[in-house]
Amino acid sequence: MSGTTRRTFLAGSALFTIVPLAPASATPEAMAQAIRDLVGGRPVREGRVTLDLPPLVENGNAVPLTVSVDSPMTEADHVRAIHVFNEKNPQPRVFDATLGPRNGRAAVATRIKLGDSQRIVAIAETSRGELYGASADVIVTLAACLEDLT
Amino acid sequence: MTNVLINAPKAARKGEVIELKALILHPMETGFRPGTNGTIIPRNIIERFVATWNGVEIFSMAFSPAISANPFVSFFAVASESGRITFRWTGDEGFSAEESVAIEVA
Repeated sequence: MSGTTRRTFLAGSALFTIVPLAPASATPEAMAQAIRDLVGGRPVREGRVTLDLPPLVENGNAVPLTVSVDSPMTEADHVRAIHVFNEKNPQPRVFDATLGPRNGRAAVATRIKLGDSQRIVAIAETSRGELYGASADVIVTLAACLEDLT
Repeated sequence: MTNVLINAPKAARKGEVIELKALILHPMETGFRPGTNGTIIPRNIIERFVATWNGVEIFSMAFSPAISANPFVSFFAVASESGRITFRWTGDEGFSAEESVAIEVA
């Protein structure tokens, strides 16, 4: 009988397959830290922010995402910035948009990559220094970044 | 060489809120993916997108590797005056692209 039993072989091969499938990845804690870095000690309120993205996506390489904020967008009261964070991509930040009264409407749409099913958080910063947040959960069936498509 | 697609109205009433859409062809390589030979493909992304209206900045966005390949951005602007809206993208490996469209505000 050889030294390699079926069980040890399976255990070893499982190790080899798991390691490359687990790239450096952000964690919910990393996202919480990134949000803390932005927010400082200020409270983040619920409401006013609408984070729109599909609850179930087949392809994590291009997920449509829209963040809109209920704001008059006047010189005195406007959204100054919109930040989007993720839990499980390699890095917690997705984008930081800078807006002003000349935008008229506080809404940004783009397409993002998602490496796994996770929660996305959007935080809007107003000119008065208030913070509003919203979050959404997404289920991803085919993750981004796993294969070289070229 | 760079391919850019802009969707903006050619004319607007003064004070009207218009939607501006910009798409650029770019691989947005994250720097986290191994290539066919097993080594990591170096990061190559667009880091910054800026829109100006007659030279005045109206919108900007800092990208991360989590923005999809061929980045698409849509945002709004108040039609203030006739002139040109310019979109500029800058990023890794000295990447820089610019495109502008004319708008008539009555």
